[in-house]
Amino acid sequence: MRNRSKTNWRGRVWPAIGGSLTAIFLFTGIAAQPADAQIFNPTTYTLDNGLRVVVIENHRAPVVTHMVWYNVGAADEPPGKSGIAHFLEHLMFKGTKKRASGEFSDIIARNGGRENAFTSQDYTGYFQSIAADRLPLMMELEADRMTGLVLTDDIIQPERQVVIEERRSRTDSSPRALLNEQVTAATYSNHPYRLPVIGWEHEISALTLDEIVDFYNTWYAPNNAVLVVSGDVEPEEVRALAEKYYGPIPAKTLPPRVRPSEPPQHAPREVVLRDARVDQPSWSRRWLAPSYVSGETEHVYALEVLAQVLGGGSSSRLYSSLVIDQALAVSAGAWYSPDNLDLTTFGMGVSPRPGVDVDKLTTALEEQVARFLETGATAEEVERAKQRLVDSAVFARDSLGTPARIFGAALTTGQSVEDVEQWPNRISAVTVEQVNAAARAILRPETSTTGILLPLGKDGRS
Amino acid sequence: MTAYTRILAGLTVLTISVLVFAVATPARAIEIQRVVSPGGVEAWLVEDHTLPIVALRFSMIGGAATDPAGKEGLANMVSGLLDEGAGDLDSQSFRRQLEDNSISLSFSASQDSFSGSLRSLKRNQDKAFDLFHLALTEPRFDDEAVERIRAQILTGIARSKNDPSSIARRTFWASNFPDHPYGRRSGGEAESVGAITKTDLTTFVNRRIARGDMVIGVAGDISAAELAPLLDTTFGDLPERAEAFSIGTATPAALGEIIVVDQDVPQSTVVFGHRGLPRDDPDFYAATVLNHVLGGGSFTSRLYQEVREKRGLAYSVFSYLQPLDHAALWLGGAATENSAVGQSIDVIRSEWARMRDIPITQEQLDAARDNITGSFALRFSNTGAIAGMLVAIQRQDLGINYIDERSKFFEAVTLEDINRIAKKFLDPDALTIVVVGKPEGVKPTKKPDAG
Repeated sequence: MRNRSKTNWRGRVWPAIGGSLTAIFLFTGIAAQPADAQIFNPTTYTLDNGLRVVVIENHRAPVVTHMVWYNVGAADEPPGKSGIAHFLEHLMFKGTKKRASGEFSDIIARNGGRENAFTSQDYTGYFQSIAADRLPLMMELEADRMTGLVLTDDIIQPERQVVIEERRSRTDSSPRALLNEQVTAATYSNHPYRLPVIGWEHEISALTLDEIVDFYNTWYAPNNAVLVVSGDVEPEEVRALAEKYYGPIPAKTLPPRVRPSEPPQHAPREVVLRDARVDQPSWSRRWLAPSYVSGETEHVYALEVLAQVLGGGSSSRLYSSLVIDQALAVSAGAWYSPDNLDLTTFGMGVSPRPGVDVDKLTTALEEQVARFLETGATAEEVERAKQRLVDSAVFARDSLGTPARIFGAALTTGQSVEDVEQWPNRISAVTVEQVNAAARAILRPETSTTGILLPLGKDGRS
Repeated sequence: MTAYTRILAGLTVLTISVLVFAVATPARAIEIQRVVSPGGVEAWLVEDHTLPIVALRFSMIGGAATDPAGKEGLANMVSGLLDEGAGDLDSQSFRRQLEDNSISLSFSASQDSFSGSLRSLKRNQDKAFDLFHLALTEPRFDDEAVERIRAQILTGIARSKNDPSSIARRTFWASNFPDHPYGRRSGGEAESVGAITKTDLTTFVNRRIARGDMVIGVAGDISAAELAPLLDTTFGDLPERAEAFSIGTATPAALGEIIVVDQDVPQSTVVFGHRGLPRDDPDFYAATVLNHVLGGGSFTSRLYQEVREKRGLAYSVFSYLQPLDHAALWLGGAATENSAVGQSIDVIRSEWARMRDIPITQEQLDAARDNITGSFALRFSNTGAIAGMLVAIQRQDLGINYIDERSKFFEAVTLEDINRIAKKFLDPDALTIVVVGKPEGVKPTKKPDAG
């Protein structure tokens, strides 16, 4: 992300986009609605140069969110060049043949807009939210920097320092974030998802102008992008504008997105970080899991339900047993985000109550998971979880940016518009047997990686 | 102290012929109804039937700053427990009702306010209001829930003691308000949170939660006729008035001090500030514009340009106005490599001085104002945010026409106003600067206050 996400108003965080450097948008609750309803009813088309366009109408206020997503992220970087996708994202604000550095942002500010950008493993996105009648101007600016970026060594040097400061803020200053980086590195043996999106500092420091420009020239093209427009607009007008501003940009020949794939994993991994700045231990475990488009995809929707049953809210298995009944933990949850191009993870995490040994808590958690695998979910648990997920669809529509983010993330990670629209129906169709089968297929020790954060010296473990 | 107003803005001198600066009236579609129930409970309502969603927010004057000495963190602990069991429903039953009906219900306490928030699908609206009523009037404070939430709060306090940003904020407030509640952490300390009893919790609810001291905002798929009786069943049996409390007005005490808290991290976190303007000061709008030029505009402000864009010293640098009920501040922050902290502080101070000494131009004023007025509509993007806006407008007594009038307040700001405010308030030598890390090129003038 290009800037801190403290664009708050009265403490309400404005759309949680890019709050993290990984794709966090869809989580388990994209959106859903009772059977057969369409969620967003988008209008979609593809320009002759290959640019895919999604328009979601929302006429509540005279405003619009305009986003361009590129099908390229950190996992597409050349070996040894971690951080290049994110560094380029910063540099996209530095000016083009037509616009001086900073002019882009000045124009948006002057027009009452907000803007930002974000990078994940699989995509890089840019957006503005602004009065709806300024949409043509946004398209003109965004289309200009799709191919017109001008970079020099003088431009990239100070920005490299900014990126390294960003890394220090996000990762190096936080034991929790450092552990997370190490756990991620252990989770994947071969796939580039093991590398941090922001990059390793020594590699960020060594990236050259030519490498960055090559990356830009290779991947930034209309036929490698998705344009999403959400707000007070008419689809046909958007189409005409998109033709006018983006239409003239020629398509490029794109290289295949070849990524080393993950081999079978045979041994559980455990990563322990002890740090003087840690007072309260925490524990998490992730299992390699299918995404919507990779791996054992037949389990995906069942796993979304499973995450709810195990760790969604205070009536979930983990919270009610570990936090309430046994009073061992202050928090307990589970998560699963299948919007990855390649294999994702299913995770669980807990923090012990002050004075509780972390190993005692972990044993209790493992007992709960073992019991679950043996006896499975109840029909009632599954129904409640499904209802919550399906209801979340309505709330997803209650925003300008959320629907745009959902489509952008879906289309850049191999899903279709239909997949998004059918999501509630697919969740509704999940059975108890499927949830149990998914749990047994995925929660296997040999594909798991555990991360434990402990205080230095005084031991949180026996 | 997490809630603050930070509006994006822009400065810059531009000559861009393609632009038309007729800024859309943001909230032209928004009509506020004043709803008064038969029992006399008032709420402001924005009806919007686009989606089957109803949202309610309320805020009451009196938050953590009213916590008794030795019981700091009481208001916060109450806010964490009201949704953990009420009436006949124990915590698990109550939470399960919320989760099974997709109802979001929560409370929070800042230094000045105690607030609540409710969001529900239309089909579960009546249940949502019922549960909200139960939480406000019959919270159980069962031992299990009290000890569980206490453990969660204590864990949060322990974590914040190692977090550079938390340490910096806390040191700043403690140093500037040593004898005032604002100098205390609103969530309390381990010892004070440990001392809070069930009686304390109950007493807070009985004495502090009152309908006459509450402002209420509602938005979404509900009509005035439908809302009025719900206001009575939800808030009608609360006491009319909260127990009076008194909090003195305070001004920052640590004028111009540099305080360093040693922490072994590669990057220093910097918090700085001095006195600001209260929200009801007639110059508040001019100050808002001025701050946008200085450090409020996200990618265009002077601090951003000088510290980040030109020198690459920091990823984030910003300033904002923080008007509280009993003190007003002009604050800012940055995070920068240890070896560059001295340089960053020099640049921030010199921008502070430049802003004071060199009048801004009409072009800069216009650019900032256009952003402030033009971006207002973006705040009305969801039902809960609209309800929150209604509460904020009432809480600050801005009037029911504020949404329409807001642009006029900013349009009335003149160059003379801006430059007068700059001279009156901006003072680089009065900035208290707190640094957490291992900064180089920084000479502390004061030790951090304990606590």
